[in-house]
Amino acid sequence: MANLIDLTLSDLVNKVKSKEISSKEITSTYIDRSKQSKKLNAYVEETFDRALKSSEKFDTKPDFKKKLPGIPLAVKDLFCTKNVKTTASSKILENFIPSYESTVTENLWNEGAILIGKLNCDEFAMGSSNETSHFGNVISPIDDNLVPGGSSGGSASALAAKLTPATIGTDTGGSIRQPASFTGIVGLKPTYGSCSRYGIVAFASSLDQAGPMTRDVKDCALMLEVMSSFDPKDSTSINFKRPNYSSNLNINIKGKKIGIPKEYRVDGMTSEIEKLWEKGKNYLKDCGAEIIDISLPHTNYALPAYYIVAPAEASSNLARYDGVKYGFRADGENLIDMYEKTRSQGFGDEVKRRIMIGTYVLSSGYYDAYYLKAQKVRKLIKNDFDNAFNKVDAILTPSTPSSAFKIGDKKDDPVSMYLNDIFTVPVNLAGLPGISIPAGLDKNNYPLGLQIIGKPFDEQGILDIAYSMEEKINFKLKTNDWWIK
Amino acid sequence: MSIDLKTVKHISKLSRISIDDQKAKKLEKDLNSIFKWIEQLNQLNTDNVDPLTSIAETTLRFRKDQIVSKNIREDVLKNSPKDNKDYFVVPKVVE
Amino acid sequence: MSKDQYLIEKNGNKYEVIIGLEVHAQVLSDSKLFSTSATKFGSEPNTQVSLVDAAFPGMLPVINEFCVRQAVKTGIGLNAKINKKSIFDRKNYFYADLPQGYQISQYKDPIVGEGTVVLDLPSGPKTIGIERLHLEQDAGKSIHDIDPTSTLVDLNRSGVALMEIVSKPDLRSPEEVNLYIKKLRSIMRYLGTCDGNMQEGSLRADVNVSVRKVGSDKLGTRCEIKNVNSIKFMQMAIEYEANRQAELLEEGNAVDQETRLFDTKKNKTRPMRSKEDAHDYRYFPDPDLLPLEFDDQFIENIKKEIPELPDQKKNRFIEKFKLSPYEATILVSDLDTSKFFEKVIEKSDVKLSANWITGELFALLNENNLEIAESPISPENLSKLINLISNGTISGKIAKTIFEIMSKEDKDPNIIVEEKGLKQESDPKALEDLIQKVLNSNEDKVNEYKSGKDKLFGFFVGQVMKESKGKGNPQMINKILKDKLNG
Repeated sequence: MANLIDLTLSDLVNKVKSKEISSKEITSTYIDRSKQSKKLNAYVEETFDRALKSSEKFDTKPDFKKKLPGIPLAVKDLFCTKNVKTTASSKILENFIPSYESTVTENLWNEGAILIGKLNCDEFAMGSSNETSHFGNVISPIDDNLVPGGSSGGSASALAAKLTPATIGTDTGGSIRQPASFTGIVGLKPTYGSCSRYGIVAFASSLDQAGPMTRDVKDCALMLEVMSSFDPKDSTSINFKRPNYSSNLNINIKGKKIGIPKEYRVDGMTSEIEKLWEKGKNYLKDCGAEIIDISLPHTNYALPAYYIVAPAEASSNLARYDGVKYGFRADGENLIDMYEKTRSQGFGDEVKRRIMIGTYVLSSGYYDAYYLKAQKVRKLIKNDFDNAFNKVDAILTPSTPSSAFKIGDKKDDPVSMYLNDIFTVPVNLAGLPGISIPAGLDKNNYPLGLQIIGKPFDEQGILDIAYSMEEKINFKLKTNDWWIK
Repeated sequence: MSIDLKTVKHISKLSRISIDDQKAKKLEKDLNSIFKWIEQLNQLNTDNVDPLTSIAETTLRFRKDQIVSKNIREDVLKNSPKDNKDYFVVPKVVE
Repeated sequence: MSKDQYLIEKNGNKYEVIIGLEVHAQVLSDSKLFSTSATKFGSEPNTQVSLVDAAFPGMLPVINEFCVRQAVKTGIGLNAKINKKSIFDRKNYFYADLPQGYQISQYKDPIVGEGTVVLDLPSGPKTIGIERLHLEQDAGKSIHDIDPTSTLVDLNRSGVALMEIVSKPDLRSPEEVNLYIKKLRSIMRYLGTCDGNMQEGSLRADVNVSVRKVGSDKLGTRCEIKNVNSIKFMQMAIEYEANRQAELLEEGNAVDQETRLFDTKKNKTRPMRSKEDAHDYRYFPDPDLLPLEFDDQFIENIKKEIPELPDQKKNRFIEKFKLSPYEATILVSDLDTSKFFEKVIEKSDVKLSANWITGELFALLNENNLEIAESPISPENLSKLINLISNGTISGKIAKTIFEIMSKEDKDPNIIVEEKGLKQESDPKALEDLIQKVLNSNEDKVNEYKSGKDKLFGFFVGQVMKESKGKGNPQMINKILKDKLNG
C-alpha cells in the first residue's frame, strides 16, 4: 500500500478495524519514514524496537473496540512516559527516566495507541521557534531554513512530514496553535481543566494544557476524545460530561454567531494575514454563520501580563531541578555552589531568562506592581471574553500575525519573539479552548492558520466550525519530501 | 524602572543560577528591554479589579486520608545523580 | 506588675522579655497533606516517599480532607475564627530537604484566624492570644553526621501535614512558655489532632524573643530562634537570648533582627550560617491548587466531634466532684491522666481516687520515669484497691503495701489481699480479744493511763496494731480501747 502514509488517523483506524492493514504495517511504515527523516531533528528519543514488538503483540490479539487500535504515535517530550527517557528538551533532564506515565499518554495507550518516540520541543516548552531545545532546533518540512514554530515544534514538524499519523503537544501561550499554523496542520488547545496535567513537565501551571495536533479536524476530534478525561490526581482537572467529539462532529453550523474582534487587527500584521482573515469570514458566511463585530478591549495587555504570570509560575515550577533527586548535577564545593552550577549549566539561556523574570516579579517589593497587576489584567481579559460570549458562539482570529520565520531571525530579540504569540496568549490567560486550522498559503507558499476560540468546555462547538470551514478551505499541505535523501 | 547589574546578580542568587559578568550584562540588557515592554501595563487602571486567582472557577477537591503510595524507594532513588540505596546525597551542608 | 515577674537585670536596669511562639504541630493523619504516602514515624529512610513528595516532574498535589478537618478542629479548640475560604501559597527557597524548591503553605489567607489559649498561672489565669493557624507541608530531614563528606537526605517526612500555630507576643517568661506549650499540647491531644510527641518532632517551635526596659511599651527588635524541639531547650534559649539582647542594649548596641539556632551542646544561640542571602520567599498562590473552601455545615459537623476540653473538664471536676482547682488542674492537664482518673472514678470514691493518683501513682511514675499510659497499675485495679479502703476491707496503710505489690505485678488487689491474708480485722470479738491481751500484758501502763497519762492511748493502739500484724481496723480499735480503758 503505497499511500498508507497519506491516510488520516481516522482512515487508519477504520482500515485496522476492517483488517485491511495491520498495526505492524502502519508502525513499520512510520518507523522507516522517521528513520529517513533525521534531518528534521524532530525526534529526541526513538522507541522503534519496542513499538514494533507492541504492534506485533496487538496484531496477535487485536482489540478492535479501541479507539486507536494499534496506531503508532510520537509525542512531545514534555509528557512523562514510563521507562522511556523524558527530557523536556533540557540538559537538566538529559538522563531522566520516569517510573510513571502521564495521564494523557496513559489515555492514548489505553485506547490501543503505541509509542514510537518522543518529539523535540523548546526547552521546558519555553519558546516559539523550537530553537531553545538542548537537542538542537527542529527543521520545518515546509522549507529547510524555516522554524516549525514552538514550543511543540518537533510535534508539528513530525506531523507535517508524516512521521506520525497524529501527535500531541502542550500549549501554555500558543505552543500547539502557533506551530500548527506554521506547518499547515490542525492544533487544538482545550479548555483549562479538560486534559489532566498529571505527568506533564510543568511550565506554567495555570496556563498549561495538553492538546492534539492532527492532519484534519476529524482526527483532532478523535484525539481529543481520547486525551481528555477527569483526573483526581490533578486538582485543577474539571469533572464535566465529555462528549464523543468525533461522532458528534456536525458540519452544519447554520445560524452560529461568530465574533470578529477589532483589537486583533494589530500593527505589524501582514496584509496576507488580513486577507486570510477576510477569507475566513467569507467561508463562515458561506457555511451559513453570522459574522458579528465584537470588541475585546484589553487584548493589547495580554502579552505583557502573560510574560509576568508564566515566568513567575515557571520560576517556581523549575525550582525542583536542583541536581538532588534526578537529572543533571554539576559538582560544587557545597550545596549552594552545587545548585548554582547545576542550574547554570543545566538550563539554556531562554529558560534562565524566564526564571530570572519570574523571580524578579515575585520578589519582595515587586509582587504587587507586577504579579498582582498581571492577575488583575488577566481578570479583565477573562471578562472581555465573557462579555463577548454573551453575543457570539465563537470568535475567529488569525492564529499568528505572520507566517513562519527563518531560523535565527528572532533569536536575539526576545520581545519580537514573544510578539508571535499575540493572538494565542489571551486564550490561555482566559482558559478557553482554541483551535488553529490551516487556511491558506502566503507568497512563499508558507502555510497560514486561522484560530477559532470557543466558550469554556465548548470544544465541540469550535470543532464543528473548524470542520465546516475545513471543507470549504480544502487546504492541501504539499511538501516534496525534500529532507529524505 | 530599570534593572541594574546589582539587581541582576541578586535575582540570579535568588534563582540559584550562577552567572558570569558577561552573561549578567547581557541579561541586564534583555531584562530591561523586556520590562520596558511590560511597563505598558501601567497605562491600565486596575484599582477596582479583583485579581484572578484561579482560572477553573471551582474549589479544591478533597482526597480521602488513605495510604495509596507504598514503599517505592528504588524508583524514587534510581534517577538520583549520586548513587546510594537509602538516601539522596548532597554536598556537606553547614547550618 | 506582680513581684514574681520574670525580668532580666543588667547594671541595675530591668528588662522585660517579650516572647511569641510559632509552634509547628504535626497533624495526626494516616497519609500526607498532598500525597498518599504514609506518615509513620521511624520508618526506614525514604520508604514513605511518593513521586509527589520527591517532586518528580509533572507531579501534582491533591489535598487530604482529613488534614483540613484536623486543622479546623484545632481551630475550634483554640476558640478561633475558622475561615471558610483560605488559599495555599508557595514559599520559595532552596534546601536539600525541600524537593519542590518551595513549601506549600498558607500566607495571606490562613484556614484559622485569631483565637486564645488560657494558662493557669499560680497568680491566676492568663489569656494568650493566637494570631493564626495555617496548614503547610513539612520538609524532609537532612542528616549531617552519617557521612563525613556529604549530607544525606531522607524524605519520609517531606509532605507530612503541619499546623503552624502562631501566638501573639503575649508570653513573658520561660515558665509561661512551658505552660503555653503544655496547654497547647494538651488541647491537641484531647482533640486527637496532634500527638504532641516532642522527641519524635511532632511538636517543634520557632521562638521569637525581644527585650525592652521595664516601663517601655515599644517592642524591641526580635530574634527568631529556629526549630527548638524541647521545652527545656526553649527555656534555656530564651534565657540566653534575653540576656544576650539586654547586654547588647546596655553596651549601647542594637539587636540585629536575625534568625538564630540554639546550640544544645553549648547552651547558646548563634546566628544561622546558611542565612547568608536574606530570605525572600516570593510567596504566591499555588497554581496547582484552587482556593480551599467549605461551608458552615462542614464546620458544624466537626464541632459535633469536639470532646470535652481541658478547661471544661477542669470546671466540671471542681463543680461536680468538689476537687480543689489545684487537683483538678493536675488531673486534666494531660489527656491520659484525665482518662485514667475518669476510669478509676467510674466505680470508686472521687476524692480518694484523686488523692491516690496525684499522690502514690504519680510518685511511682516519677520514680520510674514513666508516662501514665505506661502505668504498671491499671485503672481498673487501682479502682479496686480504692474500693477495698472505702469499704473497710483494708486500712490505708495496708493499701500502700498492696500498691507496692501491684506496682511489680498488675494483679487484682482482692487476690493479693486473699493470698497474703491482708484483710483488715474488723470482727469486734477478735479485736476485743487482741486488746484484752495487750492490756493484760501491760498492766503498769494501764494504771498510769488511768491516773491521767492520756498520751499512753497511742501506745496501746500501736501495740494492738502490732499484735494484729497491721490488719486491725483502726477506727474499731480506737473505739473498743476507749470503751475498755475508760469503762
